[in-house]
Amino acid sequence: MTQITIASPQAQTRSERYQHPSRLTLTLRYLRRNKSLVIGLAIALALALFSIVGSLTIDTEKLAYPLAVKPKQPPSPEYPLGTDFFGRDLLAVMVRGVWQTAVIGLIAGAIGTGVGVVLGFLSAYYGGAVDTLIRGITEVLLPIPAFLILVVIAGSIDRKSVTIYTMALIVSLLAWMGPTRIMRAQVLSLKERLFVNVAKLSGMGNLEIVFKEILPNMLPFILASFVSGVFAGIFSSFGLSVLGLGPLREPLIGNTIWFAQQQAAFFNGWWWWPLWPTLALILIFVSLTLINIGLDELANPRVRRTE
Amino acid sequence: MTPTKPVLRVIDLQVSYYTEAGRALALDRVSLELYPGEKLGMVGESGCGKSTMALAMMRMIKPPGRIEGGQVFIDDVDLMTLPEAKMRKARLSLISYIPQGAMNSLNPVLRIEAQMRDAIKEHLPTMRDAEVQARIYEALESVELRREVARMYPHELSGGMKQRVCIAIGILLGPKVIIADEPTSALDVVTQRQVMETLDRVQKQLGAAMILIGHDMGLMAQFVDKVAVMYAGKFTEISPVRDIFTNPLHPYARALIESLPTLNNKGVFKGIPGLAPSLINRPSGCAFHPRCSEAMEICRTVTPALIEQRDGRRVACHLYDQPIRRADEPAIVASR
Amino acid sequence: MTPLLEFRNVTKIYSKGLLSRATTVALDDVSLRIEDDQPTIMTVAGESGSGKTTLAMLLLGFISPTHGQILYKGKDIAKLQGEERLAFRREVQAVFQDPFAVFNPFYTVDHLLSVPIEKFKLARSKREARDKMEEALNAVGLRPEDVLGRFPHQLSGGQRQRINVARALLLKPRLLVADEPVSMVDASLRATILESLRRMNREYGVSIIYITHDLTTAYHVANSIIVLYRGSVMEAGDIDCVIRDPQHPYTKLLIDSIPWPDVNRRWGQTEIKAREQDHGSVETGCKFASRCPFVMEACRKAPPPLYQVAAQQAAACYLYEKQPVLAREQLSQVLPV
Repeated sequence: MTQITIASPQAQTRSERYQHPSRLTLTLRYLRRNKSLVIGLAIALALALFSIVGSLTIDTEKLAYPLAVKPKQPPSPEYPLGTDFFGRDLLAVMVRGVWQTAVIGLIAGAIGTGVGVVLGFLSAYYGGAVDTLIRGITEVLLPIPAFLILVVIAGSIDRKSVTIYTMALIVSLLAWMGPTRIMRAQVLSLKERLFVNVAKLSGMGNLEIVFKEILPNMLPFILASFVSGVFAGIFSSFGLSVLGLGPLREPLIGNTIWFAQQQAAFFNGWWWWPLWPTLALILIFVSLTLINIGLDELANPRVRRTE
Repeated sequence: MTPTKPVLRVIDLQVSYYTEAGRALALDRVSLELYPGEKLGMVGESGCGKSTMALAMMRMIKPPGRIEGGQVFIDDVDLMTLPEAKMRKARLSLISYIPQGAMNSLNPVLRIEAQMRDAIKEHLPTMRDAEVQARIYEALESVELRREVARMYPHELSGGMKQRVCIAIGILLGPKVIIADEPTSALDVVTQRQVMETLDRVQKQLGAAMILIGHDMGLMAQFVDKVAVMYAGKFTEISPVRDIFTNPLHPYARALIESLPTLNNKGVFKGIPGLAPSLINRPSGCAFHPRCSEAMEICRTVTPALIEQRDGRRVACHLYDQPIRRADEPAIVASR
Repeated sequence: MTPLLEFRNVTKIYSKGLLSRATTVALDDVSLRIEDDQPTIMTVAGESGSGKTTLAMLLLGFISPTHGQILYKGKDIAKLQGEERLAFRREVQAVFQDPFAVFNPFYTVDHLLSVPIEKFKLARSKREARDKMEEALNAVGLRPEDVLGRFPHQLSGGQRQRINVARALLLKPRLLVADEPVSMVDASLRATILESLRRMNREYGVSIIYITHDLTTAYHVANSIIVLYRGSVMEAGDIDCVIRDPQHPYTKLLIDSIPWPDVNRRWGQTEIKAREQDHGSVETGCKFASRCPFVMEACRKAPPPLYQVAAQQAAACYLYEKQPVLAREQLSQVLPV
C-alpha cells in the first residue's frame, strides 16, 4: 500500500475560505434579532419624517401660532387635523411641536450625557480627591425630586424669557447625575481589564488609553444613557408645559394639552384638539422605551442572545 | 471474571449545532459502553465534542444544538425516550453531571445545605426533613468536608472545597453513572490531587460508573481504567489506560501521548501540526487525515469505523482495518 | 555588570480594606537578579496565593512594592520617565494566562499587534508593519489570512494565545514575563507554544520568567526554579536538581501531586497532612508549618533562612540547619543560567 502523506494546507483552507462578514452584514443580522430596537427606531423615524416633511410643505411659522386660521374647526380636507380655539392649524402645530419637543429632548440628552461622560471619566480615572468631590455632589443631588425643583425654577423665571432653549437648559440641569454614576462605574470596571494593562505594555499613555481603549467599549452605555436623557428631557419638559410653565406661545405638545384643558375642549365638543398631542406623546413614549430596551440588550451581553 | 451487563450503553448518538454559518456536526453517531464501577476518561481537544456528549446524555442540549438520533440506556431505560418529567427525575438520581467550573455555579446567596436540600426535595418530595438533613451530612462526610460546611455560603469556601461540594451534590442520590467534566481545571496541583482522591473514593463507595472528561492525560493516567480519545465528534480509540500509554494505536492518540512532557523527555517538543478541523466543513473521509503523518489514499475518502481489535481495544483507523468484531455488537468479554 | 533586572528585598502587603487591620503579605522580602549578558529561563512556581502573580505585576510595573526596590538596568522602575520609561516598556513584555482578556473586544485582533509596532516605531511604513505581523504569525504556526481582520470572539482559545505569543516574538523584548501562558490552552498546543518561548530564548536572547503552578511544563522549559509559598521562597536552584531531588517538604508535596502521564508513577507517596489552608491565619515562623509532616518546635518560632544544600540548590527549612546559610540577597547564586 502506498503511503501518501497529504499536505495539510489544502484541506484546511476549504473550511477557512468562509468569508468574513462585513460589519454592515453583522449589524443588519443583529437588527433582525433585536426587534425592540428596530420597531422603536422605526417609530422615531416616522415621527421625524412627519416633522421634517411637514416643515417643508406647510408654513408652520404662520400656521402654528394663534389667529392664523379659522378657529374651532373639526378635521376636514382643508384642515386635516382641525383647528383649535385660538385659530392654530393643528397640523402645523403638531409638525412644529414634535420638532420642538425633539430638540428639547436632544439638548437635554446631549448635555446630560456629555457632562456625565466627562465627570464620570475624571472621577473614575483619577480617583482620590477628584473622585470624592464629584461623587459627593452627584450623590447629594441624585435623590432630590428633580421635577419639583424644575417646577420651582420654571415658575420663578419671568414668563417672557422662557423659550424652548431655556426650557432645554433648565431640564438639563438635573439630567447629568445618573449618567455620571453609570459612566464612572463602567470606567472603574474597564480600567481593571487585562487589555488596558496590555495597552500600557504596548507603550500607550494614560490619556490615550482612555480614548482609544476604554471609550470605545463605553459606546453602548453612552448611547443608552443618551436615549434615557432624551426620554427624561422630553418628559420633564412635557410635565412643565402641561402645568403651563413652558413657553406658552410655542406649540409644544404639552402646551397644546394645557390649553385644551384650560378651554375645556372635551366639554365643548372639540375632541380633536387634545387628541393629536396625546397620540403624539404615546408614540414618542413607546418609541423611546423600545429603543431603550433594544439598547439594553445590545449593551448587556448576558441578555443578548448568542450570535 | 463473571460477565456483567453494562450500566451505560450509548448507541449512535448524534448531535448537531445549527449556526448561522451552517450545520456543525458535533457528535457523529458515537457509541459507548460502561460497566458498573468502571472509570472512563474522555480526552480530546477543545471543541471535539466531549462536553457535548455529556450534555447530550443528560438531555441538556439547548438550541441551536439538537439531538438528532441515538439511544442512551442506563440499565434498560432509554433516556432519550423518557418524557421530560421522568428525565428530570433521572438527572441526579440515575445519571449525574458535575459541569466544568461547577464551583462557580453554586448559588452565591444560598447556604450549601439549602442548595442540597433543593436537589433532594426535587426528587424525593416526601422525605422528612430529618432524613434530608442526614443525607446532606452523609454526602458532605463522604467528600471529607466538615458538617459545619453545610451552614456556610459558597464564598466562604476555597476552590477545592467548593468543587467537593459540587461532587457531594452530584452523588446525593446515589446515581449509577457520574459524569465529571474537567472537575479540577481551575485548581492547584495539590488541591487537584485531593479532589481526585475524593472522587475516586466516592465512586468506589457507590459502585457507580464514572466518565471523566478532560484534556490532561496525566490525570487520566492516575485515575481511569479506560481512555476514549475523541476527535471532531467521533471516537478514534478506546483502550485500557495502560495500553494507550504504552502502545497507542491511533495516530492522533499517539501524537497526543508523544506531545506530553514527562520526566524523561526533557527538551523534546512534539506538538501536533495543523489546526483542529471546522465542524461545519469537515475534511472528507477521516477527519484527522490532513494532520496525520500516516495518512493513506483511502483515508481521504472513506471514514473509518470504530472496530474492535483482537485484544478488545477499539480503533477507528484504516491502519487497523482487519475487523474481528464490529463495535456495536454486544461485547461478551468483561472490560477489565 | 548591571543586572538586567533586580528585585531588592521586595515586599508587597495588601490591606483588606479601609477599616480592617488584617493584612495579606503577598510577597515577603524576595530578592533576585537576572543578568544582562546571559539570557536565561527562570521559573517562579507556586499555587494560587503564593505571590507569583504579584511578582509578575510588580515586574511589569503595574503595582509598586510596599518595601524594597525593583531595578531595571540599575534604575528604579517607579522613577523612570519619558524616554527611559518607553524603553523599559519596549524591553519588558508579557504573555498572559487568559487568551481572551488581553484583547479589546471592540477592535480586531490586529490591534494587539499594530499598537506596539506603532508606539515603539518598529516599522517605517504600513507595508513593513504588515510584513512583520505576518512573519510573527507564521512563526507561531498561524496563517495570517485566517486571523487578521477577525474579532477575538471569532477565534479559538488556541489561536488567540498563539497571537499573544506572536506579539512577544514581534517585539523581541529583553525580558519576557510569561504568566501561565499555557494553562488555558489545550494540551496538544502547549508543546508548540512552549517551543516558541524556548526559541525566543535561544535565538533572540530573550530572558524569560516563566510563572506557573504546573511543574511539568516548567521542567521542560526552564533552567532554574524558585518555589514560592505564601509569599516566601521555599526552595530554589537548578531545575533538574529541584524536581528530581526536592529537599523542601513543600516541594516534595508538589512534585508528588503532579499527575505524571505515566501509569507506573502513582500519586500519593507523600501524605497530604492538612487539608485546606485556613484563610487569614496569622502565623509566626515557617509559613508551611501547619501542613508540614516534618514540623519541629523551631519551625513555629521563626521562619527559617535559606540553607544551601547543594551547589545549585537551596531550601528554607530547619531540616538543613547544618548547611551554610544563604542570604536572601544572594539567592541568584544558586540559580544556574
